[in-house]
Amino acid sequence: MEGYSRKDVGCPQLLDLIPKEKEWLVKSAEETNYGLSEEKKLELRLGPPGGDWTFKQICGPTNESLLSFGFFPNTTAGATTTAPWQHQTKASFFPLMEKESCRIVELQGAEKKAFSPANTAVPNSSSAQKRTAPAPVVGWPPIRSFRKNLANGNSSKLSPESQKDFSKKPIENCPKNKFVKINMDGVPIGRKVDLKAFHSYEKLSSAVDELFRGLLAAQGDSSTNGIKKEVEGEKVISGLLDGSGEYTLVYEDNEGDRMLVGDVPWDMFVSTVKRLRVLKSSELPMLFCGSKPGKLSLDRSI
Amino acid sequence: MHSFHSMLNYFPEEVLEHIFDFLTSHRDRNAVSLVCKSWYAVERFSREKVFVGNCYAISPERLIARFPRVRSLTLKGKPHFADFNLVPNDWGGYVQPWIESIVRGRVNLEELRLKRMLVSDESLELLATFFPNFKSLVLVSCEGFTTDGLAAIASNCRFLRELDLQENEVEDRRGQWLSCFPDSCTSLVSLNFTCLKGEVNLASLERLVARCRNLRSLRVNNAVPLDALQRILAQAPQLVDLGTGSFVHDPDTESYNKLETSMQKCTSITSLSGFLDVSARCLPAVYPICGQLTSLNLSYAPGIYSDELVKLICYCNRLERLLVLDTIGDKGLGVVASSCKELQELRVFLSDVYGIGNTAVTEEGLVAISAGCPKLNSILYFCQQMTNEALIMVAKNCPNFIRFRLCTLNPTVPDAITMQPLDEGFGAIVKSCKDLKRLSISGLLTDQVFLYIGRYAKQLEMLSIAFAGDSDKGMLSVLNGCKKLKKLEIRDCPFGNVALLADMGKYETMRSLWMSSCEVTFGACKTLAQKMPRLNVEIINENDQIEASVDDKQKVEKMYLYRTLVGPRKDAPGFVWTL
Repeated sequence: MEGYSRKDVGCPQLLDLIPKEKEWLVKSAEETNYGLSEEKKLELRLGPPGGDWTFKQICGPTNESLLSFGFFPNTTAGATTTAPWQHQTKASFFPLMEKESCRIVELQGAEKKAFSPANTAVPNSSSAQKRTAPAPVVGWPPIRSFRKNLANGNSSKLSPESQKDFSKKPIENCPKNKFVKINMDGVPIGRKVDLKAFHSYEKLSSAVDELFRGLLAAQGDSSTNGIKKEVEGEKVISGLLDGSGEYTLVYEDNEGDRMLVGDVPWDMFVSTVKRLRVLKSSELPMLFCGSKPGKLSLDRSI
Repeated sequence: MHSFHSMLNYFPEEVLEHIFDFLTSHRDRNAVSLVCKSWYAVERFSREKVFVGNCYAISPERLIARFPRVRSLTLKGKPHFADFNLVPNDWGGYVQPWIESIVRGRVNLEELRLKRMLVSDESLELLATFFPNFKSLVLVSCEGFTTDGLAAIASNCRFLRELDLQENEVEDRRGQWLSCFPDSCTSLVSLNFTCLKGEVNLASLERLVARCRNLRSLRVNNAVPLDALQRILAQAPQLVDLGTGSFVHDPDTESYNKLETSMQKCTSITSLSGFLDVSARCLPAVYPICGQLTSLNLSYAPGIYSDELVKLICYCNRLERLLVLDTIGDKGLGVVASSCKELQELRVFLSDVYGIGNTAVTEEGLVAISAGCPKLNSILYFCQQMTNEALIMVAKNCPNFIRFRLCTLNPTVPDAITMQPLDEGFGAIVKSCKDLKRLSISGLLTDQVFLYIGRYAKQLEMLSIAFAGDSDKGMLSVLNGCKKLKKLEIRDCPFGNVALLADMGKYETMRSLWMSSCEVTFGACKTLAQKMPRLNVEIINENDQIEASVDDKQKVEKMYLYRTLVGPRKDAPGFVWTL
């Protein structure tokens, strides 16, 4: 591990160093990169097209540190201004260089105007390696999410980056229970269930049946809604998960959206569910069409 | 000394305790408790304020056993880099077990200060229910709770003095939590809900302010409009610390005029913040109190540009603490330098967080500040570029830095003029600032800067490094030289196993070490964990599930290790593997 050195610097830095040369460097990058073989890409030189210039020759006496940004092997190991770049035989080095080259190309594509030294961020390169600055690097510049959300102008929504990394949901403490409210259409009193007690949708479904069967039957007597079959006693509540029953199970997730229960893995469901509702299937026209949409844009009056 | 010591032992314990009462810093108390057994005993029964820098270093049960009279507890959870999305949300740091233990231990808790912890509504409800004397809740960068939890606190804590919410992520349940403060609550001294996104009942807020005659600090959120602020100020001219809500209004209205009048009457305000939403045309309302301000935070204020900022700041001659966005520009910083001679702390944040635009401040602004503000001792500076020359000059002008944090937009940018690494500049800083406790470096940096840090930064306690160094030598210099190092956080540096394992005992003298995207391997981490049972070595692997058979030679993406007296934690989620 000794003597390992790796320094990842984005291509805009290269261009930083030779501001005067940036125009032709831009061209040179394009020329050397488009449609060339891998080796050629790796041999990207900072010099005018066709010339066999080395970095040293371009930049004169202050070359030692400039070499530090080059891609080529630097054998001046004893230099006082330590050139951080040393020749790499590790396999990882070459893929890195490839990505650097690609980035130059992408950059040129995106920025038609002359490259400004101050431009330090690369527009979304798909192969953005984490270590390489200044492409969108996770956590750089080091600014708290709170500030980022403000800067985004979003005072009430989460910034896309923070959403990508983690969802800001009220965290259950040491997750021993997860009690959520569950209400059912036609039943004025809700219940609470501990989702941690179930380990599958089927178990949840049968629990819902047990919880509400009696209550529903009691309501049925005082129901004023249309014609009801005069079924005596309690009716089993079934088909909650597949749209086949009289009722369907939906839930409200941590983003406030109403969702059909059953689409995602159980653990993911448990971590994002906020409350449950048992709706009359007739209120979900989409189900009748046989399709099961991911999100229902129903009103939030759960 | 021996006779002195025995003399003290003849004092009754009450006298010792009384002497110890004068020791407020936990470090002093920790030192005192190491002297001898009797001092340890006296100290532990008399300690009321306990500080726990890492909530996993000790268990609540052991803490309560040692300090049964604890009344104020400070806890910190996630590592610092969690602020920058490097640590998954549910990594840990739950306060619930602490509160449960404190309830069981029948501790008379009055103050709770949490930083980077996961707080649930249930936790807050427990607090509110079981601690009738609860006085002060301070939550910084926490999450996991909603306004329902706040409602519980407001409803039940009859003697609440302080509710201070700083930069937390709080889900708004639209439950009118603020209206839950009963009419009998008149004890509030400090109320800060800037970070909340939802609305509060303005009438309730005004009534609350009116009846809390001891209210000194009030920071409202963006949902409180300017005219409401005016009514509040009219009721509370005794305020010392004000955080405005929305500061947008038509200045040609009576409301605005009234605000100016009310503001003028607030002759005690020395600290001003807020401005999450602000129109420059409204800023003049604040001019009358500028001369009394010692602390000013405009860093949440977008769209206020250099000229307007400067117009405000040039009146702030007593300013000791200033937080701004880089929209102030180098020129604006020049005005700060000439107006704010008492300045001690400056923070210049990025205004353009996602964009690729320039920041408006460079090394020039920093040099100007250092030249104009001789009392400067703490700086956080986001900038476009830096030079060694500038840093050397800053080091010469301001040898009193305690905190020096520099962040270049491009983390590996070299000296803007000479293209050299910034080693010499930072070297000058550590050499000159003998009391430096916290340092963050950025820019193009080689092993040399770490040589300087190890050699000169003898008081350094916290060091943050990113994209720097060439080899293990860098990290070794720091570990060997910085005797007082407590927290070391490293990302994207070529430091590997040799550095990690060279002095394993060192980590027991530190609070924690974070290394991400470096060169350390699983094998080395396992070795370290094996040899040092009083360290928790955690590997965070978000992408794959932790496999039992991981190649030792594989590099570790994120490692967080910390000293602990209680072994591996039991609440680690699936993606955290304690070796």
